[in-house]
Amino acid sequence: MATEFAFPDNAAKTAANAPAEFQTEKMSLAMGPSHPSTHGVLRLQLELDGEIVTKCDPVLGYLHRGDEKIAENMTYNQFVPYTDRLDYLAPLANNVAYAIAVEKLAKLELPPRGQAIRVIISELARISSHLLGLGAFAMDTGAWTVFLYQFTEREKLYKLFEELTGARFTTSYTRIGGVARDLPEGWTGRVEAFCEQFLPILDEMLEMLTRNKIFMDRTVGVGVISREDAIGYGLTGPNLRGSGVPLDLRKDKPYSGYEQYDFDVPVGTKGDSYDRYLVRGEEMKQAVRIVRQAIAKLPGGEWYAKDAVRIFAPRKEKVLTSMEELINNFMIVTEGPQMPAGEVYFEAENPKGALGFYVVSKGGGVPWRLKIRSPSFCNLSILPKVCQGNLMSDVVAILGSLDFVMGECDR
Amino acid sequence: MAVIPLERKPLTFAERTYLPQIAFGLKTTLRHLVTPKETLEYPEQRPEIPAGYRGVPTLVKDPNGREKCVSCQLCEFVCPPKAIRITPGEIAPDDPTAHVEKAPQEFEIDMLRCIYCGLCQEVCPEEAIWLQNQYTMSGYTRAEMVNNKERLYELGGTLPDDHFKWDKKKSAEEQGNAH
Repeated sequence: MATEFAFPDNAAKTAANAPAEFQTEKMSLAMGPSHPSTHGVLRLQLELDGEIVTKCDPVLGYLHRGDEKIAENMTYNQFVPYTDRLDYLAPLANNVAYAIAVEKLAKLELPPRGQAIRVIISELARISSHLLGLGAFAMDTGAWTVFLYQFTEREKLYKLFEELTGARFTTSYTRIGGVARDLPEGWTGRVEAFCEQFLPILDEMLEMLTRNKIFMDRTVGVGVISREDAIGYGLTGPNLRGSGVPLDLRKDKPYSGYEQYDFDVPVGTKGDSYDRYLVRGEEMKQAVRIVRQAIAKLPGGEWYAKDAVRIFAPRKEKVLTSMEELINNFMIVTEGPQMPAGEVYFEAENPKGALGFYVVSKGGGVPWRLKIRSPSFCNLSILPKVCQGNLMSDVVAILGSLDFVMGECDR
Repeated sequence: MAVIPLERKPLTFAERTYLPQIAFGLKTTLRHLVTPKETLEYPEQRPEIPAGYRGVPTLVKDPNGREKCVSCQLCEFVCPPKAIRITPGEIAPDDPTAHVEKAPQEFEIDMLRCIYCGLCQEVCPEEAIWLQNQYTMSGYTRAEMVNNKERLYELGGTLPDDHFKWDKKKSAEEQGNAH
């Protein structure tokens, strides 16, 4: 049997090249759609030769809800709750990305306080998402403890989100031209306190894995993605940086005032699963750095674009007392925020990678077309290549290291 | 701005024996064993609900007992999953609140559809619909999960009012200087 891929070990190679009478049938195995390590409803149609994966065919679409079509039938603000449900591990970051995309269409500039709030919530969402990514990855490779400890930390983050937005999970926090409400009293202090106690706990979690021989045996050299492949397959986010490409949209195309903050971009050296793990661990530390800087110089003033009277709904107290504002409120709700005709594309550096929104408007309150470029979908495209030739058990480690979310992938 | 390559140092001989990590793991676990619990014994202990929480949507009355909703149907319009259904109705001319003119005859929120996004509360020009603290909803049938007007007022209760705009309108009318 002639195979072109690299074998995990010599025994496998010998077995594969054994005479024809010793060769057995290949097995077709459906991994998923409800398999614990596929992190959602992903199905991998595997072809196995013994324990070696000879072909991997991801089957997507089990969670398809038609979000892009739904968006065409509702006003811009009504779609915000739907963005929660894309990457549901970092809903705040999705809210921010969507709002900025539409604001780019409307040529709106947020005041500094609004931008700083968005930076803080995006970075907290990044911590929350990476924590789960890390915990699930560790659990897939057999380390339960990290998974349990990181949930304690995420609970603290959810408490903060709950206080800020009113909901733990489906935050729906941003609006076109601002955010739903200002930061609550004393909230920044509690975020500061969270950061303070989080770093030692993060170090403890990372210490349990980074120099752990068992974890390293499962991840080092497994699922190597070369720089060229990573770029060629359109990977973004920690998966791309794990392969050594220092692309970070927060640095390269700063949005929402990211250029004011000082942070580093960690990159991997080998591009294997272990590198992607290291990148996520370091990114959480950098996220804490950004949050601290943003809180330290949190500007006062407005948190919504005040000049956008036809777009951002008037304040509630005005609606209750003034006829003009009441009419304006009715107009914005029923006709939608009035956008100029045109098309924009905006990508934000989300925890999973570059989340892009391509909005085509023909004027009026609803988008004519809204395309979502979801990082999980693009990151998964490399699966057939990277799984081939690996052991079945390594597929689990590779899936964990890619850290995807099917809600966003199938959208 | 810096790009930091993540270096990996080779494992020492001791680390390659698996033993230090096992010891560290056990130490960590033992330490966590004696730290205070992070969990709640849920039905007995309840989490603290912060102000501004988006729980079950309810209808509220003002301190005078007038139902605040004037059935403008803005919440029905904005609701992304279309969970709200309002049938507008007239207020009888002999009613003390007849100057408000309209009130909902029927007001239904389908809690199987509601996504608790809070847009209804945000757009309401009367502050009549509020997402309050309650977060548990259960029922055995689909019909039970549809909150009708009575149930919504029962859940909502009375909230303070800063404006009393309809009372002001009425007194202005009585004084003859309404616009």
